[in-house]
Amino acid sequence: MPLPKPHGGRLVNRTLSCERREAAEKEAKELPRLKLREELLSDLRNIAHGIYSPLEGFLCQDDFENVLFEKRLADDTPWTIPIILDISHEERERLELQEGDALTLCDGSGREIALMHVESIYSYNKEEFAEKVFLTTDKAHPGVAKVYELGELLLGGEIEMFGEVEPPFSRFYLRPVETRVLFKERGWRTVAGFQTRNVPHLGHEYVQKTALTFVDGIFINPVIGKKKSGDFKDEVILAAYETLLCNYYLKENAVMSILPMEMRYAGPREAIHHAIIRKNFGCTHFIVGRDHAGVGSYYSPYAAQEIFSEFPDLGIVPVFFKSFFYCRKCMTVVNEKICPHGEEFRISFSGTEIREMLLRGEVPPPEIMRPEVAEVVRRWENPFVS
Amino acid sequence: MGEEKEKKFKTITIPASLFKKIEERIKGTEFTSVASYVTYVLREVVEEEEEEVPFSEEDEEKVKERLKALGYLD
Repeated sequence: MPLPKPHGGRLVNRTLSCERREAAEKEAKELPRLKLREELLSDLRNIAHGIYSPLEGFLCQDDFENVLFEKRLADDTPWTIPIILDISHEERERLELQEGDALTLCDGSGREIALMHVESIYSYNKEEFAEKVFLTTDKAHPGVAKVYELGELLLGGEIEMFGEVEPPFSRFYLRPVETRVLFKERGWRTVAGFQTRNVPHLGHEYVQKTALTFVDGIFINPVIGKKKSGDFKDEVILAAYETLLCNYYLKENAVMSILPMEMRYAGPREAIHHAIIRKNFGCTHFIVGRDHAGVGSYYSPYAAQEIFSEFPDLGIVPVFFKSFFYCRKCMTVVNEKICPHGEEFRISFSGTEIREMLLRGEVPPPEIMRPEVAEVVRRWENPFVS
Repeated sequence: MGEEKEKKFKTITIPASLFKKIEERIKGTEFTSVASYVTYVLREVVEEEEEEVPFSEEDEEKVKERLKALGYLD
């Protein structure tokens, strides 16, 4: 079984070769300039490095509308999260921007990073966007709140990146072209991708190791970047996983690298997005647990699993897990499918409870978290995003 | 969306007997129409035949060097 082809059939590379780079840098100096926020820079890098293959740029209007209404690009390729570049009317006027123009994209410090060929400038309905992607227009939802903060116009078009946008924690950053070589070198023919934005508890380990019993390797791929208040800080997640991998995994069948990307908390749609990204990294399987990419109670617990039935052509196999817990009678981590004992024996892996325990200065019990991992997390006075 | 859809999709014809067979085949699967199944199969075939931009040995060596430097490969 070969590693899957990238989504859309081809791994996109929108970084310029040395020869083209010099000319592009010169061209960039003459063009109007647009500074990108941190999360847009992540999207830009993800497009350029093929993490978002087959996208070659920010979505043009026809793709954007198709993604919103059909959960597919205009050519019918599955795609569920709009990857967009927003701009205000004032910015557009300042830049005197028209369709067909080229634009220089810069980082927060004004350094030139990429060229964009603006093919499409369009307005959109924010309420419709929120309703379709997040299934709610409630501004208390962090993803919806973000939509309402966006500029009124969207720019679509291909990008060409010539400057390196160094991601944070770059020693853990691998591009799809690198993970594919890595998996091949390790002799992995089947790889399960694991998405996370949490420090690992025993439930996560149980899921990963269960998947590992039928695939060659596990690819742990924490999302690094802007998150909501109360989520674990990126550095805590990485330190915790390093410790877990070092103490409890075989080096030859587990790999961790980061995915610099903003969490959208779009539940089911984001689960598909996460699966597509892992397919591009070379995964054959993708683990989807309870309330994947959810927030609050906006999505039913297994909506993120059910949505996969709409995508028989996704090209990566989803692996679904039910809710898991520690059973004092079984004396191990189990799920409702395999444990016959009553609720009174269960210790749940509630993120809220673990968070409260840590904030009170308590050590989560070993039935919930490996002592080495708990110790690492407790090194931070406040391990959470405020 | 109807007019828009017409712009993005084209009609092709296939033998009625094949259509019937496909209809039978997709029963109980997640494909909701013969069109979505045929699109999926054709896309797979076309992608399979499309040449990947060759990844030179030199490029692959560079990647391996980085993976070694980062500790991912011994």
